[in-house]
Amino acid sequence: MTNKNVTRRGVLKSGAVAGSGLALPTIFTASSAAAFTNEPTGSSVTLGFNVPQTGPYAEEGNDELLAQQLAVEHLNGEGDGGCLNTFSSKALKGNGILGKKVEFVTGDTQTKSDAARASAKSMIEKDGAIMINGGSSSGVAVAVQGLCQEAGVIFMAGLTHANDTTGKDKKANGFRHFFNAYMSGAALAPVLAAEMGKERRAYHLTADYNWGWTQEESIVASTEALGWETVNTVKTPLASTDFSSYIAPVLNSGADVLVLNHYGGNMVNSLTNAIQFGLLDKVANGKDFKIVVPLYSELMAAGAGENIKGVLGSMNWNWQLQDEGTKAFVKSFGEKYGKPPSNSAQTCYAQVLLYADAVERAGTFNPCGVVEALEDFEFDGLGNGPTWYRGADHQCFKDVLVVRGNENPTNAYDTLEIVEITPRAQVEYDPEHPMFAGGELGKCNPGA
Amino acid sequence: MLGLNKKDTSLLIIVALLTLLAPFILNPFPEGSAMAQFNAGYPDLMQRFVIFGIFAIGFNILFGLTGYLSFGHAAFLGVGSYSAVWMFKLLSYNVIPAIALSVVVAGLFSLLIGFVSLRRSGIYFSILTLAFAQMSFALAYSVLSNPKFNLTNGETGLQVYADDPQILQGANSPDLPHLFGLPMRATYTMDVGAWSFDFNAGYYLCAVIMMVVFYLAIRIFRSPFGMMLRAVKSNQQRMNYTGLNSKPYTLAAFVISGMYAGLAGGLMAAMDPLAGAERMQWTASGEVVLMTILGGTGTLIGPVLGAGFIKYFENIFSKINDNVLHSWFAFLPDGLEDAVVFLIHPFIGKGWHLTLGILFMLVVIYLPGGLVEGGQRLLKRFKRKKKDTDDAPSGKTEPAE
Amino acid sequence: MDAILLQILNGLDKGSAYALIALGLTLIFGTLGVVNFAHGALFMIGAFCAVTLQKLLNLSFETLDETQKDFLGNPLKVETPYVEYWFGPEVGATIIDWSVPLAILFAIPVMLLVGYVMERGLIKHFYKRPHADQILVTFGLAIVLQEIVKYFFGANPIQTPPPDALSGSVDLGIMVGFDPNAIIYPIWRLVYFGFAVGIIGAVFSFLQFTTFGMVVRAGMADRETVGLLGINIDRRFTIMFGIAAAVAGLAGVMYGPLNPPNYHMGMDFLVLSFVVVVVGGMGSLPGAVLAGFLLGILESFASTTWATTTIPGINQIIIYLVAIIVLLTRPRGLMGRKGVMEE
Repeated sequence: MTNKNVTRRGVLKSGAVAGSGLALPTIFTASSAAAFTNEPTGSSVTLGFNVPQTGPYAEEGNDELLAQQLAVEHLNGEGDGGCLNTFSSKALKGNGILGKKVEFVTGDTQTKSDAARASAKSMIEKDGAIMINGGSSSGVAVAVQGLCQEAGVIFMAGLTHANDTTGKDKKANGFRHFFNAYMSGAALAPVLAAEMGKERRAYHLTADYNWGWTQEESIVASTEALGWETVNTVKTPLASTDFSSYIAPVLNSGADVLVLNHYGGNMVNSLTNAIQFGLLDKVANGKDFKIVVPLYSELMAAGAGENIKGVLGSMNWNWQLQDEGTKAFVKSFGEKYGKPPSNSAQTCYAQVLLYADAVERAGTFNPCGVVEALEDFEFDGLGNGPTWYRGADHQCFKDVLVVRGNENPTNAYDTLEIVEITPRAQVEYDPEHPMFAGGELGKCNPGA
Repeated sequence: MLGLNKKDTSLLIIVALLTLLAPFILNPFPEGSAMAQFNAGYPDLMQRFVIFGIFAIGFNILFGLTGYLSFGHAAFLGVGSYSAVWMFKLLSYNVIPAIALSVVVAGLFSLLIGFVSLRRSGIYFSILTLAFAQMSFALAYSVLSNPKFNLTNGETGLQVYADDPQILQGANSPDLPHLFGLPMRATYTMDVGAWSFDFNAGYYLCAVIMMVVFYLAIRIFRSPFGMMLRAVKSNQQRMNYTGLNSKPYTLAAFVISGMYAGLAGGLMAAMDPLAGAERMQWTASGEVVLMTILGGTGTLIGPVLGAGFIKYFENIFSKINDNVLHSWFAFLPDGLEDAVVFLIHPFIGKGWHLTLGILFMLVVIYLPGGLVEGGQRLLKRFKRKKKDTDDAPSGKTEPAE
Repeated sequence: MDAILLQILNGLDKGSAYALIALGLTLIFGTLGVVNFAHGALFMIGAFCAVTLQKLLNLSFETLDETQKDFLGNPLKVETPYVEYWFGPEVGATIIDWSVPLAILFAIPVMLLVGYVMERGLIKHFYKRPHADQILVTFGLAIVLQEIVKYFFGANPIQTPPPDALSGSVDLGIMVGFDPNAIIYPIWRLVYFGFAVGIIGAVFSFLQFTTFGMVVRAGMADRETVGLLGINIDRRFTIMFGIAAAVAGLAGVMYGPLNPPNYHMGMDFLVLSFVVVVVGGMGSLPGAVLAGFLLGILESFASTTWATTTIPGINQIIIYLVAIIVLLTRPRGLMGRKGVMEE
């Protein structure tokens, strides 16, 4: 904590106390020369892990937390080192970051923008966190990203899939490792064409808020480019728990594909309802009826159980990938916690390592140095093959997975199978693409 | 003093001292010590204590005095926040017009909703207010944030963008909410030995405003108007039979408490320029109801205590994780340490809801008058021990009924 | 026409859940005069009775299968449920398959007990306290109950599928002369509606045709007089609390196959069920049922494309809009009694 701005009242107060406590020799020990917010001065550095611990995404958050703890262990040279051994950048030595031992604090976002900001602020103001990592929704990601920009710390976003996070709401202090709705569309479209043909009529059910809209827009654009027709796009209230009244009309609408732009509990319920109505057993327009869930997660797949069999979707990463980085991470995570990591866990793990690496390469914790080190950084060995952090919008580009609900899972964890690994080039786009236009990255803010 | 009797004056002075010295009071443990986890004296949480205190004081003017239980008060807080952020977007980052507009807009909104809802009483009134608030929430979350007419920016929350007009924003004024150039974020940190205390400009703005509205609340409680409101609570029918129309009084109370909520919303936006729709959800409305009951319905200081209690648990207990526990109990032998951590684990971190739920139940079971009653009992016991015969007023506060 | 019929079916189905929860809430209001914010939690506990039974039936022993590997490359552990081991694979699989209907038998005693304990242990002490205190204590209880469930079952939803014979859908349209595929409806949703009607009928006949029910109704109308007649009305009201809990619990058990249970499903229904009760009118059982089905049907119609294009966002607010209109035109809801919860 440093002297950021002397207020009149502050001066009066401190004057009074100084007067009364002249005997104390250690008054005003904090150096007012700090160059940036929360500059670590001791032998340790504090990272803030801000994830949903209550509410519907609590399991997702819990998984992220486990992965982040693992990353801290690896940075401090404990455990088997995980991806430190496979990471193409060799700046990290397993002796903390810049020789300082890594510590962390945790907080609960409750998947609400307000609570997430309160939690992040307490990490920054009270615990002196130098970077905030994690989260499980785009609304929260954008809210916390804005906060970190103002406060002058680095934000790494966790699970956020809406285009806006690195589109109109992008910020210089924020980075996103996760993929986005546009990339889902770009990766899914060729697979959909191959599996279902180019003459399909799609019916969209979309969660009625920002993320849902951007995903619907992306999927509609990429499927219509294939030659598909969009029969109808229906918005469903976020608070819905039962989707029967939205599913029932689908069959008679002339559509033969149902696209569920839902996430989490919404998706579990809407998919369960769609299966109940027997959509997958039907034939429409002379074709087998199909369901697509553009954004999948392992936890949703577990929640949806049998219902996801054969349903296509996309993912950021999956533990069944066979590259070295993935194998190293799955091994250390699996041995420690007895289950494979989810893709949001992997995202948070990779982000902690990437942040630490950027600090090492920059040689400073100063956010502006870190931003510079991360911008246009190319690396490999953290999963998904060669990866690029684009400087223009702080979006990460890497291969995207198209997955399908496994017809014959052998255990609780291989409920999804990888259909295709879409190469990075296919999901890249121009930073000025209309779906992302409007925002300004601004300048990095070191605070202070 | 200020037209208050002696007891109220001392209450006001106590509140003033508590708020002004909060940075010291809330940071009793040295930085870096194991107990520092329980320190609450950082700017954000101090601001929240005061802002939710204002919200609850206002709610109590309606609920504590008239007995009308509004289950939709969060709507006014949300509307206040949205208006404040719109002022930031259109005019400038100066907080004064923002806060002023948030109070006015929330007042108008509550006039409208109050006018309709107060046609019914009891639970019918509660459900009407709930329905209005839920409608506002649902519309703000999705419909009012469509690209063609983006009033609320939906899930993401309304915020200021670089291309917003901000017609009055001077070239040199800070790019953050500020009071005539003094940024709300400005914090002066004083280190005294191992302790460190934060003095935050935004907090002191909130604190001064809270003292003013607390004073207003005392005046309302003690005024003939307040008496009339209490009459509504005890027997509205009898009041009507005597030829008095109670509606203007209840409506006035409703609007006043709506303006308090709007003020709280405006301050929230002024401390942190982002307004999210969740602020209007029924859970947020329920929270202020819980704060008021928990602290002590109808008492002056109770709602503030309740607000502090809930916010403290939300922000402090949710951050205690297993690592912290292990560091606390590191002095125990290994096996015992793990056992203790295992036992406490369900109640902290992601289990903070559980602790809060249990505390709600304990307070309401054992302290029917809320935390204020707990305080009074303690004081009484303390006093009795000191001098048995003394019959002095309890100093802290007294329930309104 | 077929689209309208389909939405009526959906509405009846949604309405079944609303009506069952609201029925229990009204019973508790009417008999004990208590605002029970933990009623949603009872619904959730019911659903988790089914989850628990399913887990119990799936209790397995592990054998190592050397031919298969798990995700870390160790030999795969194959799990065989004890039930299949004891009764043979086929009978065992059938028992597991029917775990949701079986859970009804499991849930009735559990819910009666939960209700009894809750009433005797907690609610009893709050009869004379203000409604605000009742709200606080039951809300606290609801949080505690849901956090306990979360602690044991996690935050992720857990599937409780219906028996194979009752899963899937039927073509109702053909039976009444429409084109094929016009009205496809899931079997379990029909079962749920039938079940709800059965339970509602049972509760009403119990109150209408038994001496016990007569006394309870008399007590609801005038508790003091019934007490003065030397009847122990409190004991009967306690039993009614248990019954209300059981109704909510059974609604939860049967709801599981429609949408997989999670720990916060009670809170999702809580506010809605209060709206239903109040729209129906405080203290009126038929009102609660009527309002439940009415709001269910209106909600279904509001979610059609026709409705949302006419009035954008109508599907988000319909329930609350209807509540406001009803309460402003009918001061005590659809069938409310004078003087109940009006202060």
